[in-house]
Amino acid sequence: MFQRILPYLLAGISVGGQYALIAVGYTMVYGILRLINFAHGDIFTAAGFFMVYLTASGMPMYFSIPLVVILTVLLGFTVERVAYKPLRSAPRMSIMISAIGVSYLLQHLMWYITGGLTKQYPTIPWISDTVTVLGASTRRVTIITPFLVAALVVALVALIKKTKIGMAMRAVSRDFETAQLMGIKINNVISTTFIIGSALAAVGSFLFFSNYTAVSPPAGAMPGLKAFVAAVFGGIGSIPGAVFGALIIGICENFIKSVGYANFSDAFTFALLIVVLLFKPTGLFGEKTSEKV
Amino acid sequence: MSLLTVSDLRVSYGGIEALKGISFSVEEGKIVTLIGANGAGKSTTLRTIAGLVKPASGKIEFEGKDITGHDAQKVVSGGIALVPEGRRVFDNLSVLENLRIGAYLRKDEAGIKSDIEHVYELFPRLKERHWQLAGTLSGGEQQMLAVGRAMMTRPKVMMMDEPSLGLAPLVVKDIFSIIKTLNESGMTILLIEQNANAALRCAHEGYVLETGRITMAGTCAELLNDQRVKGAYLGSASKK
Repeated sequence: MFQRILPYLLAGISVGGQYALIAVGYTMVYGILRLINFAHGDIFTAAGFFMVYLTASGMPMYFSIPLVVILTVLLGFTVERVAYKPLRSAPRMSIMISAIGVSYLLQHLMWYITGGLTKQYPTIPWISDTVTVLGASTRRVTIITPFLVAALVVALVALIKKTKIGMAMRAVSRDFETAQLMGIKINNVISTTFIIGSALAAVGSFLFFSNYTAVSPPAGAMPGLKAFVAAVFGGIGSIPGAVFGALIIGICENFIKSVGYANFSDAFTFALLIVVLLFKPTGLFGEKTSEKV
Repeated sequence: MSLLTVSDLRVSYGGIEALKGISFSVEEGKIVTLIGANGAGKSTTLRTIAGLVKPASGKIEFEGKDITGHDAQKVVSGGIALVPEGRRVFDNLSVLENLRIGAYLRKDEAGIKSDIEHVYELFPRLKERHWQLAGTLSGGEQQMLAVGRAMMTRPKVMMMDEPSLGLAPLVVKDIFSIIKTLNESGMTILLIEQNANAALRCAHEGYVLETGRITMAGTCAELLNDQRVKGAYLGSASKK
């Protein structure tokens, strides 16, 4: 029995960890801007294409991997500056619509650039090797993902709890105006949030596309949406919540596959979203929403 | 020589003029109060000086330099702090972190540490609760924290927006005695209050603001004895 479910459990934890890296980006941006950054999934896809094209150009991996992170961060930063920052004092609905617009813009730009063809993700040596764990054969990336995710999340939480910029992020997430009165440059803090979220999405893209090797313009839409559900499930705004939600979703999906309902696994995620919104809209770790006075 | 001078300041919100050309000045070492009814433009005045609101016209000078239209960040680093209405402490930060964030722009760690100690001396209750989240403090304690947080910016002028609002009468007394203490230690204070009686008893000079205009000015003793002020703002509380 255990032998039969182990591969699914491993795959579930692994894909859950990959969703978690995307979900953290959603939840951090929501925490500060109260914005669901619909473009986040497409930024994740773009990271996949950056890797495809940089590798195709003959660049060695040790160079292209950091460069993918830098390019993804630049993209996330630029999206914020161009599409969200000018709407800072606009109604929240406007910025949300802008985010949807950016999502489609990025997706269609990728259609245009790639000609709509699905690209093969390059094999990153070592992490793509096949290994055997307790008799189950899997790729090394599956084993690495949970440890890498745990390390990154611990580092992130430490950054937010212990550093000066983390303190500023928490202050800005609560009250823009008073944060400004303290001399905090709101825009720098918001940019930092997008930079961190995009960098994590880039790391997620290495792991995710090493597993599911086809990169196409809508490739990031589904993991992006699932990561979003994970963030809502965990309580949007909460980083541990997003990670926990992502792991649950990843594991459940794979268990559903293991019992032969593979076609139903995506539907499960969204059914979960509906159930959460109906019965616990603040999510598992969500704070009670208290209106600002 | 006045530290802060506002001349002919006009501010509009979406076509409605909230300040219709007000002028006043704050001398170094004084407590100056702006009194007036709700909607007279008191908060707008402070928010404009603090850089949260951009004026339509007029001039704000601080230490002889024009600071009109400067960003909030620049204003606070120049030495003007605002204790906002409703305290607005960061309820998700600890008491200590709230003080630390007041020192956000400062790099002098030793100075920050000694200033935190100074705030704790002034408000021992904050020291007892330094690790608690600010959201768990009482209203009066939050007001003390908001003042302490502003002190951490090392201001030359502290502006206070309705510090007594929503506090129990005994706590209000505390707050006004804190304002006095701060002032005696050399802080210049610009205070706005609906509680005109307490404000005029605490301050040196006062201005009366009515629907975006300054209608009266004088020393607090003069204003306290003025029949119009008595009638409009002091009510029966203006017994001698």
